[in-house]
Amino acid sequence: MPDVAPVERTLREMAWPARSALVFETSGIEAFDTGGAVVLYRAIMEARGRGCEVSIEGLRSDYARLMSLVSSNWDSIVAEVASRPNGSERFRALIRNRVAQGARALEFLGESATALIRLVASPRRMRWRSCLNSLRLDGVNALPITGLLTFLIGVVIAYQGAEQLRKFGTNIFIVDLVGISLLREIAPLIAAILIAGRSGSAYAAQIGTMKVTEELDALQTFGLSPIELLVLPRVLALVVALPLLTAYADVLGVFGGMLIASNQLNVSFTAFLSRFEEAVALRHMLIGLGKAPFFAVIIALVGCYQGFQIRGGVDDVGRHTTISVVQSIFLVIIFDAICSILLNWWNL
Amino acid sequence: MSVAVQTETPVIEVSHVSTQFGAAVVHRDVSLTVVRGEVFAIAGGNGCGKSTLLREIIGLLTPTTGTIRLLGKDSRELTHLNGRPLHRRFGVMFQHGALFSSMTLAENVAVPLREHTPLSAEAIRDIVALKIALVGLPPDSAIKFPSELSGGMRRRAALARAIVMDPELLFLDEPTAGLDPMIAAGFDDLVLELKRLLGLTVVMVTHDLDSLWRIADRVAVLGEGQVLGLGTMEALARSDDPVIRSYFHGPRGRAAHLNHFGTGLHRD
Repeated sequence: MPDVAPVERTLREMAWPARSALVFETSGIEAFDTGGAVVLYRAIMEARGRGCEVSIEGLRSDYARLMSLVSSNWDSIVAEVASRPNGSERFRALIRNRVAQGARALEFLGESATALIRLVASPRRMRWRSCLNSLRLDGVNALPITGLLTFLIGVVIAYQGAEQLRKFGTNIFIVDLVGISLLREIAPLIAAILIAGRSGSAYAAQIGTMKVTEELDALQTFGLSPIELLVLPRVLALVVALPLLTAYADVLGVFGGMLIASNQLNVSFTAFLSRFEEAVALRHMLIGLGKAPFFAVIIALVGCYQGFQIRGGVDDVGRHTTISVVQSIFLVIIFDAICSILLNWWNL
Repeated sequence: MSVAVQTETPVIEVSHVSTQFGAAVVHRDVSLTVVRGEVFAIAGGNGCGKSTLLREIIGLLTPTTGTIRLLGKDSRELTHLNGRPLHRRFGVMFQHGALFSSMTLAENVAVPLREHTPLSAEAIRDIVALKIALVGLPPDSAIKFPSELSGGMRRRAALARAIVMDPELLFLDEPTAGLDPMIAAGFDDLVLELKRLLGLTVVMVTHDLDSLWRIADRVAVLGEGQVLGLGTMEALARSDDPVIRSYFHGPRGRAAHLNHFGTGLHRD
């Protein structure tokens, strides 16, 4: 088949005579396949289209069989195939898609809320085992990475702050810098982003795979609600786990800052801690911890929702897993920004 | 690449192949040959190593010991870059189609042509359209994505992709598994038709007994890691081996046999 290419080019570029009798002398053909047959047949049909009388001579019988194979299928070869939708149609489809997606998201939110209400009405329905399992996988197992990362962030903030504070001789303010920024904003955000990447994506992939393998359909035929069974335990587990992880991150982040303070700025541990008590008000920590459960709800719901959105194939699982991470981090940061603005209004 | 000449030269020679995955022994001294122009089937129960043998023949796996010669070349060459020319001489249809999900059907079928030949876009379009027509798919299915096709159509599309280079050898992995009997029978007829038109040698892995009766010239039955029986279906049906007997004389085997002879599907 690769050898057909030069023949095809020659046939296409040849200066064909118009309106005459053409004879294709084919006895010199040494090898012939469907590729060659297609190319030869097209040349013949185009010559006929120009009004030539065309005949073939010396075609071996087995080659002739291939030619008749092509000629009997010629109609479907030259059939005009509609192209895929063009730009404006695609744009309209995209908008329609987005609206439908929004409606589905609302529907999912509503279903989750009603499932939650049913659960509060009869708490015995709660799947504690699945909830505890989720707590272990998404909370306990995330401790090392969360701790390490916030510790390093504490170190980085203290290093950057030390440079500036030393210029003014206000070394002790390193405590305010590290304490407030970590407790109020950075530790909750780092923990949330980590969990979105670690657990939100896992939720989407787990539920999506269950959807592809029809496990969700199987659950429904037993009269079991996938939302009650899969979503609520995960949401509850994260609502418990994320504030705890945030508190843990607070401790390790501040510890990282403390190490650098004593190392770079001669602020001893005792001086650091006594300044910490007077400089960092309790509300900073409470605001940070208070945001964590909301982050948890966002992450768990987005992850599960994207899992349910998977349709058809396995390739969809990867796509929706990615979407779940991007969307949940996006929503977490939006929520955090709104909190900052509101709290600023109320002078907190 | 031309129409095959009927000769008795073996196109595949599997000699003394043994395969082991850790402690699990898959094949124990398996030998068989496939000659040009026949439909050769590898049959056997689930987990008997049929698909593993197929993957070894097409170079996706390497046997632990023994050699496999494919079109006169050691199939281990397929893993090297200089095995490329050999890759163009056979086509494989995977069990679930293995169509690339990000491409339309026509783009899927065109992949080998685009990668291995310098043909112009128009010629590729024509050849792809011919192959799509040959497997019995309507022309407008060319722009569909695999996710928009039904299971039977996906199988046909995979077959179109496997034969697009006019291979000498066509490998089919469970071509009719999961298809309804009507579509499965249609698929068998399609394979026979293409074999006749393009002069293919067909090697298929299957446990579809209807399909074995209908199109296989010779069948190798694998079991317990060995070739338990090799021959025509008629010969195997008379075999005394208990495993083969239970395979062919179970209720489904009898039904397939009846089907085959009762409705005159016999080819000879």
